[in-house]
Amino acid sequence: MPGFPRRLTSRAAAGLALLPALTILLVAHLGSTSWTIWISLTSSRMLPNSNFVGLRQYETLLNNDRWLVSAQNLAVFGTLMVVGSLLVGLLLAIAIDQRLRVENTLRSIFLYPFSMSFVVTGLAWQWMLNPTHGIQKLVRGWGFETFQFDWIVRQETVIYTLVFAGIWHAAGLVMAIMLAGLRGIDEEIWKASRVDGIPAWRTYVSIVIPMLGASFATAGILLSASVVRLYDLAVAMTNGGPGLASEVPAKFVMDHLFERGNLGLAAAAATSMLVTVVSIAAPLLYARSRARTAETRR
Amino acid sequence: MERGDVSLNGIKIMFGSVKVLENLDLDVAKSEFLVLLGPSGCGKSTLLNAVAGLIDVKDGQIWIGGRNVTWEEPKDRGIAMVFQSYALYPRMTVRGNMSFGLKVSGTPAAEIARRVEEAAQMLRISDLLDRRPSELSGGQRQRVAIGRALVRKVGVFLFDEPLSNLDAQLRAELRVEIKRLHQQLGATMIYVTHDQIEALTLADRIAVMHGGVIQQLDTPAKIYREPKNRFVASFVGSPAMNFIDGRIEAGATFDGGGLRVPLAGYAFAGNPASGPATLGIRPEHVVTGSDAREGAFDATVELVEPMGADSLVWCRSPGGAAFSMRLPGDTAVRSGDRQRASFPAASLSLFDSTNGKRL
Repeated sequence: MPGFPRRLTSRAAAGLALLPALTILLVAHLGSTSWTIWISLTSSRMLPNSNFVGLRQYETLLNNDRWLVSAQNLAVFGTLMVVGSLLVGLLLAIAIDQRLRVENTLRSIFLYPFSMSFVVTGLAWQWMLNPTHGIQKLVRGWGFETFQFDWIVRQETVIYTLVFAGIWHAAGLVMAIMLAGLRGIDEEIWKASRVDGIPAWRTYVSIVIPMLGASFATAGILLSASVVRLYDLAVAMTNGGPGLASEVPAKFVMDHLFERGNLGLAAAAATSMLVTVVSIAAPLLYARSRARTAETRR
Repeated sequence: MERGDVSLNGIKIMFGSVKVLENLDLDVAKSEFLVLLGPSGCGKSTLLNAVAGLIDVKDGQIWIGGRNVTWEEPKDRGIAMVFQSYALYPRMTVRGNMSFGLKVSGTPAAEIARRVEEAAQMLRISDLLDRRPSELSGGQRQRVAIGRALVRKVGVFLFDEPLSNLDAQLRAELRVEIKRLHQQLGATMIYVTHDQIEALTLADRIAVMHGGVIQQLDTPAKIYREPKNRFVASFVGSPAMNFIDGRIEAGATFDGGGLRVPLAGYAFAGNPASGPATLGIRPEHVVTGSDAREGAFDATVELVEPMGADSLVWCRSPGGAAFSMRLPGDTAVRSGDRQRASFPAASLSLFDSTNGKRL
């Protein structure tokens, strides 16, 4: 077989090219994850030790008020921000889909926030929402002396300002994904619905949006990932305050790792986050892959 | 059922600054099956979309059922339409697809159910009503699309290349189905296609279009036997008509390709005159062997294409002009043979060499 050595070389080359990615996957991802899980089962404080204590760190975690507030905040932020971004993004996409002349300009404007880091987003919104020199001051300066917009400094509303900034940041991306989905829909579907006498809004609701399943899934997964990672926005905008009102799990982990010197508790918190994500994502991914196999089999 | 005559007067359609159609007139009688036939880009689909109200006209009027509908919404025009890509609503069942338009327009549920049932029976899709389009074959999908048009109970049906996405066998099957529907319903149908077989089999009248202009509007037989110009002659018919360039001498003989074809018996459109001309003859009209009459000649066989029922035999005239003739499928003719042939004047078409018009 004269071609054999050559094929071997090309295989070796492929393997070599994959090696860095494989190393990163094994060492950085799997390695760090397993190490974190192990640490969460030890009594590590400032420095890691291997004193096995079972699930005691998790017990502490579940009795920790700050963790409970963080988890609750993440649930509120996650739900509102994912739903809100999908909704706003979809509406923007539908607005742009009306074949506007200024489509390109609008698309860039709407997508622009996504190009900024969460830190910049957070700082910008913090300035604008700050009652002493932001929107509230501006409107009062126009003569509306009693105008109040101080959500960012009130414990019960601060989380919604994070949601607001999060939607502002992500809606453009959702719009781009949805617009691609809308443009992929056969022109003749629209013609058929016009001949059938179905109003445009009804066509969107009953026919077109149900066809955007894949776009919703893509956008939903991207948004969920950014929800779980939520850290820099909270740090830049509110730094968890006022009080504990806008603490989030990732910040809890970081603070306990580097400021409070409690490795074990931080690892337990990180592991809890991982378990939550996996238990939500696994059934979804399983269902999707099953659906796909069924599709290809047909 | 509503009145279903369609009348287009002086239609002009622009895409931006590009003129697609200009000053186009077309009258379709009630219960007529009219086919718009032409190559892609000839404006036939554009015209159909204008009738449907999916494209605005720049100028002219559209009348359907005695009403000027030029500026009416598609749903108010008394039309239904079937599309090439089926355009079914993918997340709805077959029943949902057929009933959604009626539901939105506020038709009572019992009436919707009755119409859907009736249409499904007519198209033999009653047992598919609860399936999704993705669970259907191409032929079944197009039946559903036709069903969605049927439940609208209108006088005019518009078909935009409805069979182009199907394979040859299904296409033949659905063609018969559509013809049967037309006989059953007695509705007016306007059907766009680039497939001349579909046009010839389905139509009461065919409008052959090219470059945004209707080249000829006639019955299929007339279009086939007496094409008005060279474009129609070459576009309609498969295998295609043969063309030989030459001259008409004294209005009595065609001289070209080394042949002298007597024209006694040819129905000239005007006064026969001398001058350059193109002779057209369909492969099956070439008379061969001992039947060959006046002007017979010996052609050299170059190639034989057996097609089952008959064979297409490619020949060259003594003067070197290539043409084809149709012989029985069991013909013994082989390439290199000599074949006696003649062109009978009665089945010829003669075209002016300069403007392509029938002489």
